[in-house]
Amino acid sequence: MQRIRFWGTRGSLPVALTTPTLRHKLVAAVRMAQGRTLDSDDAVQRFVDELPFQIGGTFGGHTSCVELEAGASEYVVCDLGSGLRPFGQAAIARHGPGKAQTYHLFVSHLHWDHIMGLPFFGPAYIPGNRLFFYGAHRELESALRRQMEPPSFPVNFSVFNAAIEFVYLEPDVTHDVAGMQVTLKHQHHTGDSYGYRFERNGRTVVYSTDSEHTFADPTESASFAKFFRNADVVIFDAMYSLAEAISVKADWGHSSNIVGVELCQLAQARHLCLFHHEPALDDAALVKMLEETRRYEEITRTGTPVHVSAAYDGLELTL
Amino acid sequence: MDVTTRQIGSVVLVKPSGRIDQSNAAAFEAALAPLWARPDVAALLLDFSGVEYISSVGLRVLMIDARQMRGRKARIAVAGLQSVVGEIFAISRFNTVIEVFPALRDALGALSSDALAAYDAG
Repeated sequence: MQRIRFWGTRGSLPVALTTPTLRHKLVAAVRMAQGRTLDSDDAVQRFVDELPFQIGGTFGGHTSCVELEAGASEYVVCDLGSGLRPFGQAAIARHGPGKAQTYHLFVSHLHWDHIMGLPFFGPAYIPGNRLFFYGAHRELESALRRQMEPPSFPVNFSVFNAAIEFVYLEPDVTHDVAGMQVTLKHQHHTGDSYGYRFERNGRTVVYSTDSEHTFADPTESASFAKFFRNADVVIFDAMYSLAEAISVKADWGHSSNIVGVELCQLAQARHLCLFHHEPALDDAALVKMLEETRRYEEITRTGTPVHVSAAYDGLELTL
Repeated sequence: MDVTTRQIGSVVLVKPSGRIDQSNAAAFEAALAPLWARPDVAALLLDFSGVEYISSVGLRVLMIDARQMRGRKARIAVAGLQSVVGEIFAISRFNTVIEVFPALRDALGALSSDALAAYDAG
């Protein structure tokens, strides 16, 4: 396992940066430029690089899609959210459409925001490509076909020219897939969701999204701590504040930054990556959440620090 | 964690101390549960001045308390948070769902005039 690339990091619904929000960022950047000498391209570039993320960047708006570079030539992807479209375009651009590729696509669950990118996944239309869909939902294939049935979509699943295979993966059993050891864990979410633990060459990445932690069962923390144990990176559903997750949004199937920190500390994981961002939160709110999460990790730390980051569309993490 | 309770007018003052986490959240919940249905309790006030830390599991107990009390139109509030616990309330946004007061007297004044009078009378 060498690298993680985030192609979609939003929860529930794709969102886009709007003109008023962009203008707000530009105004803030110009204000910060006052008094600076920006007389060369390098100076301008340095100034832009120094801008706070909420001004000089954006978390983006695609729904869940995460690529794992596992050290093999075949592609490994978690979830088929709208981020799958730019991932597919990048893969085609990298190899050209004529060279057949193999894609291993792991699906956490079948809610729309996690499968909506598939009809727009270019490599699925290219003959010679091979697509393997993995999951623990028996209805995985029917759900992917159904979203392309009339009247929901203009063409149906049969337009795909790639060779397609569906592979059921039993939870709580370690499977050998694409040179990795892959273990699935059932998570509390309407219709069920599954977290994935990927291991290869001593590196471990956990993908745990759309997972509500109610703690009604006292063994729940220990069970997830075991699943996250010593992970290099835990990609974690931190969609709501803890107060929201256990009050007005209880049973909506999501978790919080607070629970992410606590579980990663318990599991002695090295890196917590906040994921599945609430679409109503803007860049400033997400940066604030990241800073608060880092502070929470600091004031509750009892052992080795857990590095905390927040995923954004385009982020690359090197393991 | 220790929990003591005493009645001040129509308010029950609950004072936990130490850490509230996975190891004792059930005991914390059990200490509070008998107060939910008591008709003479118009408000539950938690004196957190002795609480050093509260985890998500402990905060979940507070949310259960809040639901129970509000279900019968009673109030719940927290007062005297230590600095770190105050930060935890802010980061978890619990300060938006449970009334938080700097000191006990502030809370009693907001919850019940009879409780404030009883508190001031010693």
